[in-house]
Amino acid sequence: MSLQAFLFYLLAGLTGLCAISVVVTQNIVRAAAWLLFTLAGVAGLLFLLGANFVGATQLFVYVGGTLVLVVFGVMLTAQGPFITMKTGAAEWGISMIVGLLLYGVLSVALLTKPMKFTSEESTQGEELRRTTVLGEALMSVDGATQKAEVTGVPAEKRKELPNKGERSTVGYLLPFEIVSIHLLVVLIGAAYLARTKRRPAGRAGGVNPPVV
Amino acid sequence: MSKLFQSFGLSAPLAGFLAAFIASFVLITFMLISAIFAVWLERKVAARIQDRLGPTRVGGKFGWLQTLADGLKLLCKEDLVPKDADHVLFRIGPYIALAGSFLAFIVLPFGSGVVPVDLNIAVFFMLAVMSTEIFGIILGGYGSGSKWAVFGAMREAAQIVSYEVPMAICVLVPVIVAGTMSLSIFGRQQSGVFWNWYVFHDPFTFGAFWTYFACATASCKRAPFDLAEAESELVAGFHTEYSGFRWLIFFMAEYGSMVAVSGIAILLFLGGWHTGLMPKPWAMDLSETFLGGLFGNVINVVVFIMKCYLLVFVMMWVRWTLPRLRIDQVMMTCLKYFLPISCFLLLGVSLWQVGLEPWTPWFKYVMAVTCVGLFIAMVVKIVLTPSTLPVAGLSGMWNAPAPKYDMARKS
Repeated sequence: MSLQAFLFYLLAGLTGLCAISVVVTQNIVRAAAWLLFTLAGVAGLLFLLGANFVGATQLFVYVGGTLVLVVFGVMLTAQGPFITMKTGAAEWGISMIVGLLLYGVLSVALLTKPMKFTSEESTQGEELRRTTVLGEALMSVDGATQKAEVTGVPAEKRKELPNKGERSTVGYLLPFEIVSIHLLVVLIGAAYLARTKRRPAGRAGGVNPPVV
Repeated sequence: MSKLFQSFGLSAPLAGFLAAFIASFVLITFMLISAIFAVWLERKVAARIQDRLGPTRVGGKFGWLQTLADGLKLLCKEDLVPKDADHVLFRIGPYIALAGSFLAFIVLPFGSGVVPVDLNIAVFFMLAVMSTEIFGIILGGYGSGSKWAVFGAMREAAQIVSYEVPMAICVLVPVIVAGTMSLSIFGRQQSGVFWNWYVFHDPFTFGAFWTYFACATASCKRAPFDLAEAESELVAGFHTEYSGFRWLIFFMAEYGSMVAVSGIAILLFLGGWHTGLMPKPWAMDLSETFLGGLFGNVINVVVFIMKCYLLVFVMMWVRWTLPRLRIDQVMMTCLKYFLPISCFLLLGVSLWQVGLEPWTPWFKYVMAVTCVGLFIAMVVKIVLTPSTLPVAGLSGMWNAPAPKYDMARKS
């Protein structure tokens, strides 16, 4: 076993253990800490596999940004000093079923469409080209070909994809942007919900007290 | 280095492992020695600025062993965990902070090719890794089970997360100019005389350097932005409950990230490992000179480290000169000033690259010569100004002759 394979299995195992701990632990801030290790482990796997940019983005966005906000939310909403969650048997059952179903779907999807993962193909052309096609299909730019199987383009839509050198409006950019506007709506809604509704008596301007 | 070990007859995995081990060992030693030196420097600088002497006793003339003695003391202290604390979080907090700070050094080139991992997105990697440092602080502060620590951690987190945004945007400004995110290429592009440094490239990179440095100071939680650790109201912020070794680790993380952000500033703006004194024809890559490049590499590394410490010194100078900002002022400075300024700089540098690129050659000479001229004028002014010693004693009653007591009457 090469050093890289050994490190991969080690890191993947640790990441998996941390992910299980996120679910199992009852203290909510500790769960966030385990989530930190899980996300960092995934970033480590990406670095190990040579996807440096994705790994650094994972660290930047999830660990440095999102997870900090999650912990903030937990800390600000916690009533007691260290809150613990009690999970009922029914919740365990439902979540087990959902988790197993998701696992099944993922493994079927992975196993029925076997990935060619020999070293020559993954380092040369094939994999790279596929991701390029994915990006091109997203932006609906020139060069997106009909071979874009990985993008999950439905069969009836596939012929609408532009041929090489043509430009068409079919792409995933519009849905992508709609999703991001949805995120913006969620953010505004959250900001609205988080504001204090009660205005202090005697203060017409209703200046909120500073939060921090 | 891996190839060197393989030539000794070791197998490839073992050789790679050994090379990685040695590289990380050298790096962590550098980081810790930097921390030791920086703590000593900080005390000396603080003392000089406040008209004191600072450490003088331990280790001879300048008290240069003081930090080692402090470290020894901290190692011998009992490792206390408060009763109300969340033990696991309290214990792992410092390690997460140190890991975030240390990992940044992995991609920091100290010279041409003197870098453990030469990533092509090195500067992005460094920012990403240093953004995880905040987690150790939050977890440690929250896990302490003390209200001072929680308040400190929350302020700290709000501050660092906010300041990361203008800092990252300021980093983008020289990235647009250079067209790369690889710190090694940044270093190689700025060889030659100092007007080739990106800080003088155009007005926007010049502004970006100062904005970046201010934001970096804030994200290292240094004064004047250290309200999260304000002793006068929050005891010590997130590390109120820490003592001994774990407290030491928090401090090493802080000084480590000071050196790291200074390193980024130097590579992005201030010419990396080049002295900036040799004209381009002769200033070929020093690492390709005689003695198999060893001599040139040593010079590069020394120049780079000296420049790093110079910026760290400026951070200390600022810390002991400026008063603290209030916490709402800290946030306001970031969101109302640094963020719009950095966005403006980003826009400006894009326009400059598109339209005004031909102006760059003469602009950089003018800018560099003006800056150096101003600096020399300042030094001359300081030297030529007659230094007036403070008058010994206050005027008034102290200068009056001492009153004569009538000893006989007193008894």
